[in-house]
Amino acid sequence: MTWLAATPVLVPMVTMVATALAYKNPRLQAAISLLGALAFLVCALALVAVAHQDQAAQTVFGDWGAPYGIEFAIDRLSAAMVLMAAFMGTVCLIFMLSDADTGSRHPMVLPLLHGVLCGAGGAFATADLFNLYVWFEVMLVAAMGLFALGGRVDQLDATFKYYVLNIFGTLFFLIAVAMVYAATGHLNYTAVAQAIPYLSTGMMTLLAVGLLLSFLIKSAAFPVFAWLPASYHTLPAPVLALFAAVLTKVGVYAVLRTLGDIFVGAPDFIYVVLGWIAVGSMVFGVIGAAYHWDMRRILAFHSVSQIGYILLAVALASQAGHAAALFYILHHSIVKANLFLIAAIIWRLSGDYDLRRIGGLYKTQPLLAVLFFIMAMSLVGIPPFTGFWAKVMVVQETIAQGQIAWTFFALLVGMLTLYSMAKIWMEAFWKPHPNPAWRPPKVTQLGPAWIASLGLAVLMLVISLYPQPLIEYAQAAAKTLGAP
Amino acid sequence: MIWLLALTIWITVTAGIYLALSRDVFRCVFGLGILGSAAILVLFASGRLGSVQPAVIPLGETVLRDAANPLSQALALTAIVIGFALICFSVVVALRLIQRADTDDTLALRMSEPIPTDPIKPPYNGAEHEPAQPAATPAASATKLEGVA
Repeated sequence: MTWLAATPVLVPMVTMVATALAYKNPRLQAAISLLGALAFLVCALALVAVAHQDQAAQTVFGDWGAPYGIEFAIDRLSAAMVLMAAFMGTVCLIFMLSDADTGSRHPMVLPLLHGVLCGAGGAFATADLFNLYVWFEVMLVAAMGLFALGGRVDQLDATFKYYVLNIFGTLFFLIAVAMVYAATGHLNYTAVAQAIPYLSTGMMTLLAVGLLLSFLIKSAAFPVFAWLPASYHTLPAPVLALFAAVLTKVGVYAVLRTLGDIFVGAPDFIYVVLGWIAVGSMVFGVIGAAYHWDMRRILAFHSVSQIGYILLAVALASQAGHAAALFYILHHSIVKANLFLIAAIIWRLSGDYDLRRIGGLYKTQPLLAVLFFIMAMSLVGIPPFTGFWAKVMVVQETIAQGQIAWTFFALLVGMLTLYSMAKIWMEAFWKPHPNPAWRPPKVTQLGPAWIASLGLAVLMLVISLYPQPLIEYAQAAAKTLGAP
Repeated sequence: MIWLLALTIWITVTAGIYLALSRDVFRCVFGLGILGSAAILVLFASGRLGSVQPAVIPLGETVLRDAANPLSQALALTAIVIGFALICFSVVVALRLIQRADTDDTLALRMSEPIPTDPIKPPYNGAEHEPAQPAATPAASATKLEGVA
């Protein structure tokens, strides 16, 4: 199964080139891109199936020996992340067929979208630190392109801020990679992990902190999350949903991979500091969200807050913690992407993202209200939705390890999340529209948007009611993680 | 040799960070480019300096000895290519941003921030704005904020 390991990069890359070549024919381009996303999804499913039988798809390019060539190795964790990226890509492409996204679409949107998927797929698949840097850069360039394509001044402003803060993280990562190579003579995850125990504690700390700092910038953790709320809301809705689902998760995945797989015996204080960084992300993200009225800004700040939960699970440094982190990543991708998609539908129907200028949707769109309600409750963590299971897994482990302060903050932030979700609910759905003359638009083309959003909601409900297979998968993934 | 390189990297990083912290958009972008060069120098140094022998196994031998490490050079080359693409792209974005926004002062660049006339938002510093999102329907754009907040 060597070729299979390369598909997370190959399929989106081929699709990217094909859609770029077909830029003159929008229909053909959309068809190719949808086909490519479906092919990616099939490959990702095959990868999960293979990984779940303990035969991780693996290949070393150029037939070099294992620790010297660039290796792609897809274990359960990577396979789940690839599947998540492929699925979210497909959903967002379906959503793009609707008109819940204004204006003329630039012909390069679809190629760049597949560029982001290609970067994310490569980052999940690779088992080589420098190669990870390359995929981070691919993702950064494609993401910057998507930010800048619209050409509005606020989008360019967001591109600039996104670039400056992200490139800083990338350069930091590059320096950390150089230090890892200088200290161990390896770049391969497994080889580095084998060499790490022979280093002095000081050197190990230096390397781990260097890598983690850059990954924390990428995953928008406190206090380096400023790029996310400053830029996300300028994106077109489907792209925004994809970014919320995939982009920061790559950073979190890298943190999980670094601490769970490479630096297994890292000094304790790193985990303690990471735990408090996670608490900071949770608290400040949720407080930032409380201040805003724009739905996209509220949800973007909640991304920061939810990233905190995932980092907290990683900081617990146990198998149960890693399993919780993986489950939480998958849950959050589905729920947050869908909330952004629902926000876009709300915008299409009511004309504004600002909650103060809209309202009365409960009367005209009861189904949308129910859809938003269950997704919001899942984000908050109300049983029986996925958010509840994800939070149970995290909180159970914090209590088991006696981290009462972290438990307290995890539960408190859950409550504050409820405040923001209740705010959107009250303002967008419950209260009457501020303009009595307002009528919902007569002609909309929201069919594909409904399909995308309902599909995510159904998936969320299925996982909510039968969480056991996914939890078992996450536990199995955590067991293989860090094993020699 | 390694100390000379360390000193070079130190100066490059200092210059890069100094420029990157500037309020001027162009200086900021160039500063990040210089910082990228410093990162590439670190990458280059990671393969040990000293040897100037090419990484070729001499005829009749089977082991490569006393040669310069080719891997760190390959890594540096890759990083240079990627960094070059990023610098080009970022300069274009910065140029476009300056043209569109009519300012190169990063403190005035608040176009993606909340609307400045909003009563509960940070103080307005004079930056011009376009609406953050074109209106979905003509009727919606007519709905104004007054009397709501």
